[in-house]
Amino acid sequence: MIIPILILVPFLASLFVPFLYTYVRSKKIGWMVLPVPLILFVILSFQIPSLASGENLFHTIRWLNTADIHFTTHLDGLSMILGLLITGMGTLVVMYSIYYLSEREALGRFYMYLLLFMGSMLGVVFSDNVLVLYVFWELTSVSSFLLIAFWHQRKNSRAGAKKAMLITVTGGIGMLVGFLMLHQMTGTYSIQEMIGMAGTLPTYDLFVPAMLLILLGAFTKSAQFPFHIWLPDAMEAPTPVSAYLHSATMVKAGIYLVARFIPVFGESELWFYSVTFVGLLTLLWGSFNAVRQNDLKALLAYSTISQLGLIMSLLGIGSAAMLDIPGADKTIYTAAAFAGLFHLINHSTFKGALFMIIGIVDHELGTRDIRKLGGLAVFMPITFTIALAGSFSMAGLPPFNGFLSKELFLEASLAVQHLALPGVHIWIPIVAWIASVFTFVYCMIIVFQTFFGRQQQQPAWVDRGAHDPRPGMLVAPSILGVLIVGLFFFPNVLGKWILKPAMAAVYPSFGNPESLVPHIAAWHGLNPALWMTIGIILIGTILYIFLRQWRRIYTIAPFSWKIDNIYTLLLIQLEGNSYHLTNKYMTGHLHRYFTYILLFFITMMGTALSFVWRLAFNFSEDSVVTVNEYILVMVMMSAAVAILFVNSRLIAILLNGVLGFTVAFLFVVLRAPDLALTQIVVETVTTVLFLLTFRFMPDWKKERPRRPVKVLNACIAVASGLIVIITALIVQGNRLFDPISKYFEDAKTLTGGGNIVNAILGDFRAFDTMLEIVVLLIGGLGVYVLIKLKDKKDGDGNENQ
Amino acid sequence: MKINDVILRTVTKIVVFIILTFGVELFISGHNDPGGGFSGGLVLASALLLLYMTYDIETVHKGIPFDFKKIAGLGVFLAVASSAVPMLFSNQFLNQAKGEFALPVFGATELSMVLLFEAGVALTVVGVVVTILLTISEDVS
Repeated sequence: MIIPILILVPFLASLFVPFLYTYVRSKKIGWMVLPVPLILFVILSFQIPSLASGENLFHTIRWLNTADIHFTTHLDGLSMILGLLITGMGTLVVMYSIYYLSEREALGRFYMYLLLFMGSMLGVVFSDNVLVLYVFWELTSVSSFLLIAFWHQRKNSRAGAKKAMLITVTGGIGMLVGFLMLHQMTGTYSIQEMIGMAGTLPTYDLFVPAMLLILLGAFTKSAQFPFHIWLPDAMEAPTPVSAYLHSATMVKAGIYLVARFIPVFGESELWFYSVTFVGLLTLLWGSFNAVRQNDLKALLAYSTISQLGLIMSLLGIGSAAMLDIPGADKTIYTAAAFAGLFHLINHSTFKGALFMIIGIVDHELGTRDIRKLGGLAVFMPITFTIALAGSFSMAGLPPFNGFLSKELFLEASLAVQHLALPGVHIWIPIVAWIASVFTFVYCMIIVFQTFFGRQQQQPAWVDRGAHDPRPGMLVAPSILGVLIVGLFFFPNVLGKWILKPAMAAVYPSFGNPESLVPHIAAWHGLNPALWMTIGIILIGTILYIFLRQWRRIYTIAPFSWKIDNIYTLLLIQLEGNSYHLTNKYMTGHLHRYFTYILLFFITMMGTALSFVWRLAFNFSEDSVVTVNEYILVMVMMSAAVAILFVNSRLIAILLNGVLGFTVAFLFVVLRAPDLALTQIVVETVTTVLFLLTFRFMPDWKKERPRRPVKVLNACIAVASGLIVIITALIVQGNRLFDPISKYFEDAKTLTGGGNIVNAILGDFRAFDTMLEIVVLLIGGLGVYVLIKLKDKKDGDGNENQ
Repeated sequence: MKINDVILRTVTKIVVFIILTFGVELFISGHNDPGGGFSGGLVLASALLLLYMTYDIETVHKGIPFDFKKIAGLGVFLAVASSAVPMLFSNQFLNQAKGEFALPVFGATELSMVLLFEAGVALTVVGVVVTILLTISEDVS
């Protein structure tokens, strides 16, 4: 029961923050938010020992039985890693943001979005039901959208938010389709049950499409090539958001998903190829592009992309352990997945620290352009120290945690040569090595171009008062800095308590998780991986020194290519074309619209009817039509026909009223008082509406369309009428399912209500009613917004800054 | 030109209360007899419409100073929230509980959770209908 509450708490808190903010309009609001992630983190930490001993926390709140959708939460080693990151980084980021954001910002909104994100992200990693997972998944996209556009007065923020939203939600919808295909194959929505059936899956035709669609969701979310383009633009968000969502947690959701589905799809070679090579390509492209950036935050964005690619490729190599390779020692592949999970944690520590440091530099000096920065080490010694630890860790240097996972990565890239698969044994180590060289170069750029050199600029910094920020702002990055060093010296503590249960979750079929956890050692002899590292340092240093000389290759194709341009082009094309298309059929003539609606109706129903045509009519159970009913129907028909021939609008409205009220009478005669009552009131309200707008309608002009048009309209009208009649008769005369009228006869005992109609509305089909009133509300608000806002369009000047 | 509508105004003053009473009656009786949240809400809304038509918007707004958009929102909230309450008692979403209560004036009365749900429906209907008509009439005038 703990886990559902854990998910719920941030949502509840995010509801309360805006109310709280109306009373506490200062930075104190941050201190009030801080306990939420902190307490969640502590509660989660208490679960670590029981998980390490091999237990799982599984809890189901039964929800929609007929749809098989339940709020099932599952805490195992894998979700624990992400859970600890979300709450732990959440705590640090909230603390950091208290000092980062000024009091003038809309802090209530900021923390509301942040908590909303936290809750949805916890929901993603703890949900076992894929549909619930999907909803939380999209909620993270929505909250990310809101946070990127936090400074919504800036044009770039809005564009970045839109881009992130479009790309991640597109992938999300693809993923949903993949989930539904999986459901089609397995008959369950539970991930754990799907894993149980993994062996039978590859025989299905839907296996490959489902896999690719789920990967699409994961790749878009985790900014993998070529979907990475949203991440650099997402850097328009405030720095705490970038540190939290766009480096530590949200972008890891795709990685989590891949790790989660390794047991389901891992036996497929296509899975191994897609995950590994997309990951490697992202790693290479990201690190290569990071070097050319001048904005420190953009540099970090590309470096995040590349590091995510690294983790992704490690998981890809790790899934090779699931492949059917005779006689191979599978632990060399499981070690890759282990390295991926280890690096997942390491990346969050050093990248989080680096983002916070860049934020501090930006906050203190007002710029993060490396061409303007330099020589800051003297002025900001503490900031510099943390930046040094973070960058060197990212570059893979000892004594920092990044060194360990980087070595494991290089070992894994070499291990694939034992796989008897085409095209892997040369390319993977080479790409890994080249990408690592670029990684080394941009890490050096961060340290040396920001904090060293440019002595001539130092006086300018003195004038601007460059110094370490207030201690409070340094607490969060310092904690991360301590972790960076601490994890280097005690990696096996992490391995035993956190990574072992996670490995058991990734490889449930491998039995003993002890054998899946390699011993991490800083010194592992002069093996090929270490030689590769030495090569990286040597070549990287040379490349860094001669950066100025070779940098101009970024202007030569294919190095100058930007995937961004494709996105922009597509978007412009899409907007332009749909504008023209819509203008073609949205002419503003109501009768045109009626034609479209009715034509669609005729086509759909006509097609459906032509399939069931063999269902003959059956009048035997119909009751006898009485004289009263005949008369009423006659009145209705004559009123309807007469509308066609009248000359004034008033008479037409009156005839329409006659039609409506006769229907009400018909309901009375057929003993349906509820319907009659509603019909009468609806008619009354509609008439009032007519009266309101009557004066403002244009003159009633008899339209004189050409003859073919008239004939066509008549055909459409007659056809739709006929289809309605036929449908009604078929429905009345045939029975495909058991009658549900028994429920209604027993309404009194089942619901306690004597009125059947309301028993349906309020109990049997209450879900429909609930959603209908939601639709009603949306419709009402739509009318209000359309009418009230239409004349405000030209009054807004300051939207585009 | 000012139309002399004394009769309309006088009749409205009385009739509105009859319609309102009828609306409430419909709402309450909907459990066992014709009526219910939707039609009850529509009748209540039509009473308000009569007021708006007879007097002008400002006058009515002085007497009934509600923002009907908020009333519609409140209605949806009430319906959804009352549907979710059973989940707190390990029941399913929308499980409508009921029970007998001894109330001071009404004696032994059967009360049901569906009452809250239907109240939500009624409020939504009133809110939306009045919002739409007021918006349109403010626009054309």
